[in-house]
Amino acid sequence: MGTGTGLGRVRGLGSAKHGGAHWVLHRMTAVGNLLLLPWLLISLVRLPTYDYTTVTTWLAQPMAAVPMMLLVISVFWHFRIGLQVVIEDYVHEEGTKFASLTALTFYTLGAAAFALFAIAKIALTGTPN
Amino acid sequence: MAQNRARPLSPHLTIWKWGANMAASIMHRVTGTGLATVGVLVLTWWLVAAASGQKSYDYFLGWAAHPLGRFVLIGLSWAFFQHLGSGLRHFVLDVGAGYELNTNRFWARATFVFGVVMTAALWGYLLFVKG
Repeated sequence: MGTGTGLGRVRGLGSAKHGGAHWVLHRMTAVGNLLLLPWLLISLVRLPTYDYTTVTTWLAQPMAAVPMMLLVISVFWHFRIGLQVVIEDYVHEEGTKFASLTALTFYTLGAAAFALFAIAKIALTGTPN
Repeated sequence: MAQNRARPLSPHLTIWKWGANMAASIMHRVTGTGLATVGVLVLTWWLVAAASGQKSYDYFLGWAAHPLGRFVLIGLSWAFFQHLGSGLRHFVLDVGAGYELNTNRFWARATFVFGVVMTAALWGYLLFVKG
């Protein structure tokens, strides 16, 4: 275990022995978002129009569908960790905290499943015309 | 545990004033929570609508062009740029840099400028240049 940095001192500690991993994953997914969200923003700005055919034709390409799936994974993972920290900071009653974290997990996985399925459907069933 | 009620207590909970760094920290949480809820639902709706066919996608587009939808989209893009700006600041703070009072205050303020300028640039381009 390192002694040089704050992170090095907390790695492997805490009741679950992976308290530091949570923090590192939050930063790692932040870096993922930092690459993928500007990609999405620039791609959208560069689209000529935002009608159904233009958007689905764009999203059906492997070079759009795959980064989009990675974006969903990175963004949703990041917000799952972030909202968990918010809940743990402000919800102190154990029952309510457990219920909130359960709801957060269901919300994250449910929305992620819908988003990933939607991208896969557009990419695999091809464009409408 | 016996407590001496006469001993002086730190007045930290009642005596404080707004500072740029605390505002940036609070806004990081507020924008993050907003993006995780409203932002994620809009993104998921957009993708599911596009996967469900022309009719549901046009319904989404109708809301996106509606003044209320526009307001939400502009708000979300501001929340994104604000969160991006303060997130980049967090990367610097995470490596232990930028804690000097003036530096810290400067970059906390810079996140707000970044958020507003980038939002204005994006929508200025989308609405007035691209048309």
